[in-house]
Amino acid sequence: MTTASIPAAGGGRRQPTKLGRAVRRNVTAYGFLCGALICFAFFSWYPMVREVILSFQKTNFVDPPTWVGLDNFRTVVSDPAFGPAWVNTALFTVLALLCGYGIPFVTAIVLNELRHARAYLRFVVYLPVMLPPAVSVLLFQWFYNPDYGLFNQVLDLFHLPGLQWLNSTSTALISLVIVSTWMNMGSGTLIYLAALQTIPSELYEAAELDGAGLFKRIWHVTIPQTKLILLVMLLLQIVATMQVFIEPYLLTGGGPENATVSVVYLMYQYAFNFGNLNAGNALGLMLMIVLMVFSAIYLRVSRDNTV
Amino acid sequence: MSNITVMPDRSAGTPATPAGRERRRQRRPRKPINTQFRTAVSPHQLNTTRGRIIYWIVLVIVVVSFTAAFVFPLYWMVTGAMKSTEELNAIPPTFLPSHFSLDGYLEAWDLLGLGTLLGNTALYAGGAWLLTLAVDVSAAYALSKLRPALGKVVLALMLSTLMIPPMVIMLPAYLTVKEVPIFGWNLLNTPWAIWLPAAANGFNVFLLKRFFDSIPRELLEAAEIDGASPGRILWSVVIPISRPILGVVSILTVVNVWRDFVWPLLVLPDSDKMSVSIGIASLSSQMPQNVLVASLVIASIPTIVVFFLFQRHIMAGLTAGSLKG
Repeated sequence: MTTASIPAAGGGRRQPTKLGRAVRRNVTAYGFLCGALICFAFFSWYPMVREVILSFQKTNFVDPPTWVGLDNFRTVVSDPAFGPAWVNTALFTVLALLCGYGIPFVTAIVLNELRHARAYLRFVVYLPVMLPPAVSVLLFQWFYNPDYGLFNQVLDLFHLPGLQWLNSTSTALISLVIVSTWMNMGSGTLIYLAALQTIPSELYEAAELDGAGLFKRIWHVTIPQTKLILLVMLLLQIVATMQVFIEPYLLTGGGPENATVSVVYLMYQYAFNFGNLNAGNALGLMLMIVLMVFSAIYLRVSRDNTV
Repeated sequence: MSNITVMPDRSAGTPATPAGRERRRQRRPRKPINTQFRTAVSPHQLNTTRGRIIYWIVLVIVVVSFTAAFVFPLYWMVTGAMKSTEELNAIPPTFLPSHFSLDGYLEAWDLLGLGTLLGNTALYAGGAWLLTLAVDVSAAYALSKLRPALGKVVLALMLSTLMIPPMVIMLPAYLTVKEVPIFGWNLLNTPWAIWLPAAANGFNVFLLKRFFDSIPRELLEAAEIDGASPGRILWSVVIPISRPILGVVSILTVVNVWRDFVWPLLVLPDSDKMSVSIGIASLSSQMPQNVLVASLVIASIPTIVVFFLFQRHIMAGLTAGSLKG
């Protein structure tokens, strides 16, 4: 408001010229923009640039930083946890996609067919998404407890042997995938459901007149009609799951024997536990490059198809 | 709609035998399953006897499995907090707590200082909400309606932040908070460490600008002719008609700040400044199981209440987020 009135007071006396009007409009506009420009500059744009710079520097925040070339990258790559971190992150992403991508889509197709309890089912499937992730993760930590956790109690009920869940190298990662799917699948389901409801009913009718059975109708109508949203969600989900941090941080601490250490978790450890912020940055830059490939595809896909 | 007229022609292709249909006609008329929205399953098949049986079986399976998967864990959490440690360790587990008491909740409230933690989180979420609305609404307004020179570049730069995975720039952003360039302030353990980055949200700007773009120019020009300043137009014309999108942005902002974990973990290390998620997580290993579970219940109540109240806004925000462009 004030920014708008200052130029008005200066130029208001005479009839404003064309140039004067343009200047005034721009000053006003940038007055409105300045808050956002400051926030973005300090907390988004500068950190983006600094991420790259810090990866090639050695800084201790007392002496001026020195350029060290690829030293930070060498440090990270020679870390014995480096390989496991990438393998686990990739494996986690693949497993999380198998569960967290297929299940919501199938769920949405089934929900779309139901004529009763729709509001209840939609509410319930989205409920875990609303819980703070820390709550979901700590809740599952309790469920996973080998001695008195819910999961082993349920297995016991069916006379099945209990599992070690988070404590065993063979089940730890899949345990993280289960939590992650449980707390995230609601949003995917509802997004697919919204997409399914936009499919024109004529297509199904036409397919039926052509003699297509239920599964053929799903294969030839439902999936092609939701192809774009399926692709977009796939890319978004890859980018989101590759940044997995909270599950290993709270549940396993990267263990047992590095079986659940993820790239972001390792990055956090470098910065805050090993006191080597630059190495953490170098690792972050590697992840950024990988993820930006997916982000770029995502932007391309969503721009080509929706405008 | 159209399928109602098509239905009779189709009966030949459906598995319902004429005999079955005869029999059904004689019984009292059953309310047909609503087939107003045509989906993959044929509405006619759905209303045959076999279709109905399958439909109800699937419905029951879905309702039961959803309840087991998503409601039962929450039930287990709420009741687990009422059980004593011995009862929690008991085999087989008790389905209902042996006696109803809220002691676990009271103990959790005191032991973890949940009052302070919730107060902190409310402060962070509330401030982030106000600042985000003020900053992002005026930015989107300027980009959409005032169209300054280089506006397109500014918008592209803001949207480019959507491409950067937030976890990757968390370390340099942390350094910014630790010592803000130029000013040299240390924002660690202050609410500003949450508020300012929350306002730098490209997605909010995108949503708001797209909505403002759809406001007819004539409306603003009429106000301009009446002598209203741009600020006045924003306040009295644009904001009142943008309430739906403001609702979506508000909910998204508050819920994101409330649920966020990594960022407050980095920038609010002081135990009396922590948000509720961080506070509980940092004390989780030292608490008896029932107290920890009670604190989880208390921490999730605010978001669940928000969900109950603003379900429609939240779902609108969700689909706005997915179908962008």
